[in-house]
Amino acid sequence: MTDPILNIHNLTKRFGGNTAVSGINLQVMPRETLAIIGPNGAGKTTFYNMVSGRMQPTEGTVELNGHDITGLKPHKISRMGVSRSFQINNIFPEMTVRQNVEVALSAFHGYSRKLFNLASGNRKVQEEADELLNRLSIGELSSQRAGIISYGDKRLLEIAVVLATRPKLVLLDEPTAGMTPEETRRVTKLIRSLADSGDYTFLITEHDMGVVFDLADRILVMHRGESLAVGTVEEVKNNPDVKKAYLGEDEDDEDGEKEAAV
Amino acid sequence: MSGLGAALLNSLDIGLLLFVIAVGLNIVFGVLNVINFAHGALYMLGAYLAFTLMNLLGLSFIVALIVAPLAVAVLAVIIDRLVLRFIYERDIADSLLLTFALLLIINESVRMIWGSGIHTVQPPELLRGSVGIFGDTLYPVYSLFVIVVGLVLVAALWFIFNRTRAGKIMRAAALDRDMAEALCINTKLVVTGVFAFGAWLAALGGVVAAPMRAVDPGMGDKIIIESFIVVVIGGLGSFPGALAGAMVLGLIHGLGGRYLPEINLLLPFIGMALVLLFKPNGLMGKGANA
Amino acid sequence: MKSAILLGALVLTVILLIALPWVVPYFYIFIGTEILIMGLFAASFNLVFGYTGMLSFGHAAFFGIGTYATAMLLLHLQWPLLACLLVSMGMGALLALVIGFLSVRLNEVYFAMLTLAFGMMVFSIAHMWRSVTNGSDGIAGFTLGAFGLGIDLTLGNPAVYYHVVLAIVIVASLVLYLICRSSFGLILQAIRQNAERVSFCGLNIRLYRLAAFTISGAFAGLAGGMMAPFLRVASPEMMHWSTSAEPVLMSILGGTGYFLGPYVGSALFVLLETWITSVTQAWMLFLGIVLALMVMFFRRGILGTFLDWWLDKK
Repeated sequence: MTDPILNIHNLTKRFGGNTAVSGINLQVMPRETLAIIGPNGAGKTTFYNMVSGRMQPTEGTVELNGHDITGLKPHKISRMGVSRSFQINNIFPEMTVRQNVEVALSAFHGYSRKLFNLASGNRKVQEEADELLNRLSIGELSSQRAGIISYGDKRLLEIAVVLATRPKLVLLDEPTAGMTPEETRRVTKLIRSLADSGDYTFLITEHDMGVVFDLADRILVMHRGESLAVGTVEEVKNNPDVKKAYLGEDEDDEDGEKEAAV
Repeated sequence: MSGLGAALLNSLDIGLLLFVIAVGLNIVFGVLNVINFAHGALYMLGAYLAFTLMNLLGLSFIVALIVAPLAVAVLAVIIDRLVLRFIYERDIADSLLLTFALLLIINESVRMIWGSGIHTVQPPELLRGSVGIFGDTLYPVYSLFVIVVGLVLVAALWFIFNRTRAGKIMRAAALDRDMAEALCINTKLVVTGVFAFGAWLAALGGVVAAPMRAVDPGMGDKIIIESFIVVVIGGLGSFPGALAGAMVLGLIHGLGGRYLPEINLLLPFIGMALVLLFKPNGLMGKGANA
Repeated sequence: MKSAILLGALVLTVILLIALPWVVPYFYIFIGTEILIMGLFAASFNLVFGYTGMLSFGHAAFFGIGTYATAMLLLHLQWPLLACLLVSMGMGALLALVIGFLSVRLNEVYFAMLTLAFGMMVFSIAHMWRSVTNGSDGIAGFTLGAFGLGIDLTLGNPAVYYHVVLAIVIVASLVLYLICRSSFGLILQAIRQNAERVSFCGLNIRLYRLAAFTISGAFAGLAGGMMAPFLRVASPEMMHWSTSAEPVLMSILGGTGYFLGPYVGSALFVLLETWITSVTQAWMLFLGIVLALMVMFFRRGILGTFLDWWLDKK
C-alpha cells in the first residue's frame, strides 16, 4: 500500500451564506488519473482553487505527499510539484508560443532571476521548449504569436506551460471544453499517453463523459459542493445517487460556478 | 479637557467632509472598477463654482449648494459619454490613464479661468461666528453645520444603499456587471448615473468646504491624496470602510495637529503605511491581492 | 533585412546625436540634453509600466531624490559628478524599494493610487523639511567640479555636459535594454500579460514586481541626478505629481510596447513643450488633452504604431 500523493480532509469553502464546496474527503494515489464530474455549479473549480492555492479554504486540510499545504500561496504550491490549467485559456497572448513555455521553464530552472542573460539566447531552455511543444503536437506553431493560434491549440499550449514546471500532480480544468470533436480526440489521446508515461498524477474535471470514461481510473462525482460518490467508472455508473442526481437535475444551473469565479 | 473635546469635534468635522468625498470615489470604483484620479479636481470645481455663484454673482449659499454639484454632475455625464465610454472594456490601466488626463485638463482649466490666486468664500450670515461648547471653548458654527451635513449624508447614503432600488442596482452592478446585465438592468445607464453621482458628491464636498478652506488651484490635489489615504485605510469599495477610513484620518488630523505638530503632515502617510503592512485590504476591505 | 535597417537607423541616430552640438543652434544643445535625461527617466518608468504592467504615478519621487542627492553632494562635499550620480542611483533605488514594498502588495488600482500618494508624501517632505532641503527655494548655488575617474572635462560647458549626458544615457539604456531582454525581463512581460499564470508557474510575482520597481527607481534616480547640474537647482516641484505625469505621457506618446518608445516620446514631448510654452501658458491643458486622445485612439503610440505597421508589412 503506497501513500496517497494528495490527501484531502473535510475541504469546505463558503462564500457568505453560500457553501460552494462542502466537506470533501479524497485520497489520490500516485500516477492515477482521477476525473471530477458534476454539473456546472457543483464546486469543481472552487475545489481546484483551494487545492492550487488560489483560494483559502474555510475549513479542512490539503496534504501533498504528507506535507500540509492548506492555504499556501499558489507559487509555493507550484514549487512543490502541483500545476494546473484553467477553464478559460490562461496563456501569455502577446508572446510567441515558444516564449510561453520558456516563461515556465525559466521559472522552473531559476533563470528567471537572471538579469543579464539574453533570454532569446538560452539554448537549453529553447530546446526543452521545442521538445515539449513537439510532444503536444504544436511544435510547428512555436514562433507564432500565442494570441492568434486556434482555440484548441491554445488549450494544448496551456497544457505545455502546465507541464513545463515538471509537476507531479496536474490539475486540468475542462481540458476539452469548447473543442471540436477532432480536437477533443487529439487532447484525449495526448493525456492518455502522458498518463501512461507514469510521470504524472492527473486530476481532470470534464463534461464530456466519453473523455471521462476513456481517461479516468477513478471518478469523483460532485453535486452542490458535496462529494456524491467516489469510485471506479463501473462503480460510479451504477451508483443510484449519481443516477438520480444526473437524471433529475437541470444541468444549466450556473449560479454556483459564477460564485466560484468571483 | 475642553481642548481635547474641541480637537475631537474638529476630527469629526474633517472626517465627515472626507467621507463625503471618499465615498464618491469608492462608489465609482465599486461599479466602474476605476479609480477616478480627477475626483479631487471635481471637488475643486464645486468649490470654484460656489465661489463664482456667491462672490461674483451675489447668489446665496443655498443656491450654490444646489446648483454647483448639479452642474458638476452634468459635466460628469458629458465626460462619461464623450471620453470614458471608449475605455470601459479595455485594460484597467487605460481608464487610470484617462482619468489622470482629466485631472491635468480640469486643473489647468481652473487655473486659466480663475487664476492661480487664493480666494475666500464667506459662510452665510446664519452660520457665521462661534458658539461656546465645552465650557468656554468657542467653536465655529459653520463647522457644526458641516458635521450636520455629513451626518445627514451618512444616513441618506446608508438608506440609498440598503433600502432603495437604485442603491441595490448599484450594489448588484458593483458585484457583477454581467449579472446586472442579465437582470435587464441597463448597465450603461447605471455606469453613467454612478459616475455622475460620484461627481455630485465630490462637488457637494467642494461647496461645503469652500467657506472654511482656501479656494485655490491646489485644493483638488490635497483632497485626492487624502481620499486615497481614506480608501486605503478603510478598504477600497466598501461603504463602511469609507466611513471608518475618513474617521481615522479625521482623528489623525484633529489630534495630530494638537499633539504632534512637527510631523503632522506625515501622520496620514504613516497611518496608511501601517494599515498596508498589517491589514493590506484595509480595515473593512475585501480581497484585492496581487 | 528589417532588423538590419532598424540597426542602421539606430546607429545613424546615435551618430547624429553625437554630432548635434556642432550642427544645431546653441539653444538646442539644452533641448537635446533635456530630451536625453527625460528619455532615460521615461524608459525607467516604462520598465514598470510597459514591461511589468504597473502604472506608477509617483516616479517623480525617485527622479527628484536623485536630483537632490547630486545637488547636495555638489554643494556640501564637491564630489566628482560620477560619484554623485552613483549615489543618486542608490537613493532612487532605496526609495523605490521602500515605496514599492508597501505598494506592490495589492492590485494595480491600489498600486496607481499608492504611488501617487507616497510620491506626494516625498514632495511634502522636500517642501517642509527646510533645514535639509531648503524648502520651496530648493538647493542651488552648487558648482560642478571634476567628472571622476581622472577624466578631465569642462562640465560647465553645455556642449561638453551634453556629451557626458549622452554617454551616460547610452550606457544606462544598454543596461536597461539587456535587463528587458533577459530571462528576468521575459518574466516581467509575462507578469504584465498574465500575472496569475506566472504565479502558478511557481514565481512570487510580488518579488518580481518589487525588483522591477527598484531597478526602475535606480535609473530614474540616475536621470534625476543628471538633471541637477543641468537645471542648477533641485526644487520640490521636481517631485510633484505633475512631474510624475511627464514620463507617463512620454511613454504613451512614443509607445509603451517598444524599448525606444519612451525616448521618442521624450523628444516629441520636450520639443512640443518648447514650442507651445512660447505661445501659451496652457501647456498642462495641452498635455492632458494629448494624453486623453492618445489613450483613446492611439494607444500604441507614435513609434509603436509605425513599427507595428512596418514590421507587419511584407
